[in-house]
Amino acid sequence: MTIKADNLIWKIGSKPIVNGVSLAVRPGQTLGLLGPNGSGKTSLLRLLTGLRRPHAGAVTLDGTDIATIGRRALARRVAFIEQHATTSANLRVIDVVKLGRFPHQTMFSGWTAADATAVAEALARTGLTDKADQSWQSLSGGERQRAQLARALAQSPRELILDEPTNHLDVQHQISLLRLVSDLPVTSIIALHDLNHAAMFCDELLVLQSGQVVAAGTPEAVLTRDLLADVFHVDAHVEPSPHHARPHIHFTR
Amino acid sequence: MTTTLATISAAPPLRRWLVPAAWLLASLLAIALVVAISVGVGDLPISMSTTFYAITNKLGFTAVALNPMHETVIWEYRLSRALVAVFCGAGLALCGAILQSLLRNPLAEPYVLGISAGASTGAVAVVILGIGAGAISLSAGAFVGAFAAFFFVAILSNGARGGADRTILAGVAASQLFNAATAYVVTTSGNAQQARDVMFWLLGSFGGVRWPEFVLVSIVVGVALVICLLNARVLDAFAFGDEAAASLGVDVGRTRILFFALTAVITATIVSMVGTIGFVGLVVPHAARYVVGPLHARLLPACAIAGAIFMVLADIASRSLIPQQVLPIGVVTALVGVPFFAIILYRLQRPS
Repeated sequence: MTIKADNLIWKIGSKPIVNGVSLAVRPGQTLGLLGPNGSGKTSLLRLLTGLRRPHAGAVTLDGTDIATIGRRALARRVAFIEQHATTSANLRVIDVVKLGRFPHQTMFSGWTAADATAVAEALARTGLTDKADQSWQSLSGGERQRAQLARALAQSPRELILDEPTNHLDVQHQISLLRLVSDLPVTSIIALHDLNHAAMFCDELLVLQSGQVVAAGTPEAVLTRDLLADVFHVDAHVEPSPHHARPHIHFTR
Repeated sequence: MTTTLATISAAPPLRRWLVPAAWLLASLLAIALVVAISVGVGDLPISMSTTFYAITNKLGFTAVALNPMHETVIWEYRLSRALVAVFCGAGLALCGAILQSLLRNPLAEPYVLGISAGASTGAVAVVILGIGAGAISLSAGAFVGAFAAFFFVAILSNGARGGADRTILAGVAASQLFNAATAYVVTTSGNAQQARDVMFWLLGSFGGVRWPEFVLVSIVVGVALVICLLNARVLDAFAFGDEAAASLGVDVGRTRILFFALTAVITATIVSMVGTIGFVGLVVPHAARYVVGPLHARLLPACAIAGAIFMVLADIASRSLIPQQVLPIGVVTALVGVPFFAIILYRLQRPS
């Protein structure tokens, strides 16, 4: 288990947003986080990245509480991609990707060969090598999200946390980004809205409702007609897809 | 592909040092040139060669016979004035670049955020009300005022966690409040002559500065520039906002406090010497960003150099636009800055 959460509780005022969530992801696997709007997905991801401190419970990496790990050390290990990163700065793609090396550098260290290799590999893996000198402002939504993924990969993370990364993207870019993430050798936790995408690209799923886990396990075990009716209030038939063997959801009403 | 590889891999060591060194040398020569022009302009025109020899004479390199009056004017009045303008311009431009990056708002600068207004209130309180007269100087008053404005903005914008827009709105409130306080103090407690002096000083003037001011402002701005350059990559990490910076390992709260305190110190130092000079911090970083790009390792030195040149030129303009009269420097920078501000506002509406 690389990343693990134990009984996390996080509140706004006295209202619990994340209420006793536990999870564990095996190395290299992709965990899909599902749930209706306001179910606490984004808050849970922020707790997992250390951007918020839980009021109770702990997030551990290989058994070490992340509260005891320094910010930079944590950023060398866990990378985070937000829903919709924006900037008014006229950065080039390569400048954005180089930001990922920030936690690996010190105040006086120069640009090292290791930095250059990590950036070149991140660009190559996301197919952005040819666009490295283009400006961020000239990129399409799909390319921007790829550039953010390249930035995250340049951090050389072992865990990757993504908050609905496919929002605002067309279907081609949604599929290619998810395929890229699920093929990466890192442990990923990814919040998603599209249930069929979750079934196709995630090894395990975790469903949140009102800040609590209501189902966890393989896509086959989690995505049932009863659960979809309970949590998402939709009537749907779930059956193995004849094309990719993962569950496929037909919405009937 | 070839250009990409060149930018990813480290440049050959010689080129990596030679190119910036050449730029730095060219910039310093440009600053020396405008300073020499500035020293020559005035009721007593002085040729550039006289200025050159006056400096080398004093430093002991040459012993050229010069008109002693020229030497006195150069050393007692004009050279210190031009050099203070250099560091004030550099400091204000640096403040603007830092605040624009940290707040992710293209309109941020000490003048807009009310820090200049706070500093002037503090200075006026010392001069007119005589608060702590003798014990604390005008500069100390300006420091207290600048930090009061800074804390006012910090509290109104909810500590270090408030959004960038809230900070700008809080800054607007701060400048209104402190400008009102200044006007109140001047109208209720000052006599006619004091009121006139304060009005003139508030719009900015390099008239009163001599060598002690040069020593203070050069140390403050010089140290601030070094601190900023060491933290250039931290400022880069704010490109996608506070949360993105935090996820890259930046201590967002501490970084904000450090840089806001730094801008407050620079602003207070400058305001206490030459009054509130607006728009330098706004115009220069945008122009510099257009030329050298948004990465701070290049942007900050470029801002300092361009700000220095801009301020000396503005000082020359303030002395030579109207014969026999000196315009307040703030009037000159506002005449350049406001149209520029309008252009930025106009372009802001488009992408969003």
